[in-house]
Amino acid sequence: MKKRKLTLTQILVGIVGVIIAILFTLPMLWFVFAPFNSSVSLSVAIPERFTLENFVVAFSSEVAMRGLLVNSVIIGGGTMVGTAIIAAMAAYGISRGNLPGRQIFTTVLILFSSVVTGTASMIPIFLLIFSLGLIDTHLGVILVMIGGLLPAAIFIVIDFVDGVPRSYEEAAMISGAGPLTLFRDITFPLIRPGLMVVGIWALVNAWGSFLTPFILLRDPLKVPASVAFYVFYDPEGTPNIKLVAAYAVLYTIPVVLLYLLVNWRYGFSFFGGIKR
Amino acid sequence: MTLILENVHKAFGAVKAVNGFNLSVADGEFIALLGPSGCGKTTTLRIIAGLETLDEGRVVIAGKDVTELPPRDRDIAMVFQDYALYPHMSITDNIGYPLKVRGVSKADRDSRVAAVAGNLQIGNLLERRPSQLSGGQQQRVAVARAVVHHAQVFLFDEPLSNLDAKLRLEARAFLKHLQREVGITSIYVTHDQAEAMALADRIVVMQSGEIMQVGSPLEIYRRPANTFVASFIGNPPMNLLQCTVDTGQSIIQFAEELAIIRLPENSHNTIMNVKPHEQVTLGIRPEYISIRAEPSATTIPGKLYVIQNLGGEILVIARFGEQLLSIRMFQEETPELPEQVWLDLDFDHVFFYGANGQLLQ
Ligand SMILES: Nc1ncnc2c1ncn2[C@@H]1O[C@H](COP(=O)(O)OP(=O)(O)OP(=O)(O)O)[C@@H](O)[C@H]1O
Ligand SMILES: [Mg+2]
Repeated sequence: MKKRKLTLTQILVGIVGVIIAILFTLPMLWFVFAPFNSSVSLSVAIPERFTLENFVVAFSSEVAMRGLLVNSVIIGGGTMVGTAIIAAMAAYGISRGNLPGRQIFTTVLILFSSVVTGTASMIPIFLLIFSLGLIDTHLGVILVMIGGLLPAAIFIVIDFVDGVPRSYEEAAMISGAGPLTLFRDITFPLIRPGLMVVGIWALVNAWGSFLTPFILLRDPLKVPASVAFYVFYDPEGTPNIKLVAAYAVLYTIPVVLLYLLVNWRYGFSFFGGIKR
Repeated sequence: MTLILENVHKAFGAVKAVNGFNLSVADGEFIALLGPSGCGKTTTLRIIAGLETLDEGRVVIAGKDVTELPPRDRDIAMVFQDYALYPHMSITDNIGYPLKVRGVSKADRDSRVAAVAGNLQIGNLLERRPSQLSGGQQQRVAVARAVVHHAQVFLFDEPLSNLDAKLRLEARAFLKHLQREVGITSIYVTHDQAEAMALADRIVVMQSGEIMQVGSPLEIYRRPANTFVASFIGNPPMNLLQCTVDTGQSIIQFAEELAIIRLPENSHNTIMNVKPHEQVTLGIRPEYISIRAEPSATTIPGKLYVIQNLGGEILVIARFGEQLLSIRMFQEETPELPEQVWLDLDFDHVFFYGANGQLLQ
């Protein structure tokens, strides 16, 4: 192979690239090292004295632990399951129903997704949930999260349902399968990668959402981890960096683990279409 | 079970896929649907299966009107033209699926799947997924999935089109044997006339969504009811020649070229139904034309075009005016023929079709 000479521009582009990469990596490094450091500052440093004490203290806060282990799990799991199930049913109907004007409909779906849970709609949402009597309940939070995620979720899943040839379902129908059997045996397994994507994406969104649970929940023992961070701030609003850092690690781990698990077990796919 | 299609109509937009289809199938009968691509064969099967709604008409299975019933309540098995194997299931699960839905136990299922798979020579593929099979293997899996459960009606949409000649014969024999043994009413779509002839009790020839002729294989071959069937059935199909007939003097005058035939005394009856000087079409099968060196009263002139030795029989193509005529000779040796030949038509086997294409009888 002929050796290629690097031009000056290529070298410059490389250098700029490295600088940008470092800028993005630094916070991650801080995030990895800080919780184990007994004297944390905002600068990145490899801990001189390694310690787990930050975690012990973080664990001792009831609000923080309930938030992480109970409330976030309920809200995240509920949103994940609810979004996936409703998106599957809606996408199936839209894909198979041959709606007239389907293209426009799906485009409008996408537009709506950014509106529903946006800051601007918080007051109507609050009033709606209030009049439903769901203030300070997990169900209220879950419903609002699902509502916000559904449009985009449906949009994604439609593509997967479109990718399942009708003749698979027809073959099953002739074999004697009713609508539910058919969905369980044929359609669901074939669109599962899409539902995985949507489910995990919904979970990550619910897990990380702050505004919705912050506004809809009152009881500190009901707030999810994303809101529970506030217990590590003193009344003046200054964070206890050590504890925030430790809690942040705990907060991240479940989502990463779930992602890895699902990816290993089923695999993700971001568009429809079936290997035959 | 008996199957009746009554005045069935189905259109896709402007395309009349099935147009006034009437057919009554006896219990245990084997029907072949034959016709050019796009004539509505698949649509007819899908209507029987309940996968298409009708614009008009009725479908009756075993005396019961099933027109409004969903597919699963019709107890039907079907081989799809594109196989439609479930990509996420093993071959065993694919074939066993109709049994699973009907609640057959796993052990029972496996033994029946193994038996059918053995008959279709795919027994060694049961662990695989459909994507790991060749086209012909997938097709046999599709057939196995259809016949593993003995439904009331079998629908086959070109089930053997992808198999090589030998496998095809074996699979054909298996299907025929199974169908005879179990006595299941079957509708079989094929492009292969030989297959239709070999398998079917009756053949239905279709064109543009309409039935052109229904009859036993021999009837269809011997007495095509119209020029469409005549030009579709047979390999090569029947020769068709435009002509007019002078019934009084028993003279046939061809449009193609100046040629006149004076009919022999004893065969006048074949032209009895032809009106004098009406434009008609004369039809004759390749095996009823013989080649002579000298002209006679029943010959027309031909120019030798090509000779093909098909092994066991010879196919001679000769030019008559602008038209090519096929002549079949049953002999092994390729004959030496002069450039100019005389084609002798056997008037015991000549048909006349009217201007509307229908057989004059
Ligand atoms: N879903 C559909 N939408 C519109 N037109 C259709 C549809 N299905 C079939 N057709 C049309 O109806 C006619 C009959 O189609 P069909 O599939 O029954 O033909 P076929 O006889 O099975 O042909 P082939 O031998 O090529 O399989 C064709 O002209 C086809 O284009
Ligand atoms: Mg077809």
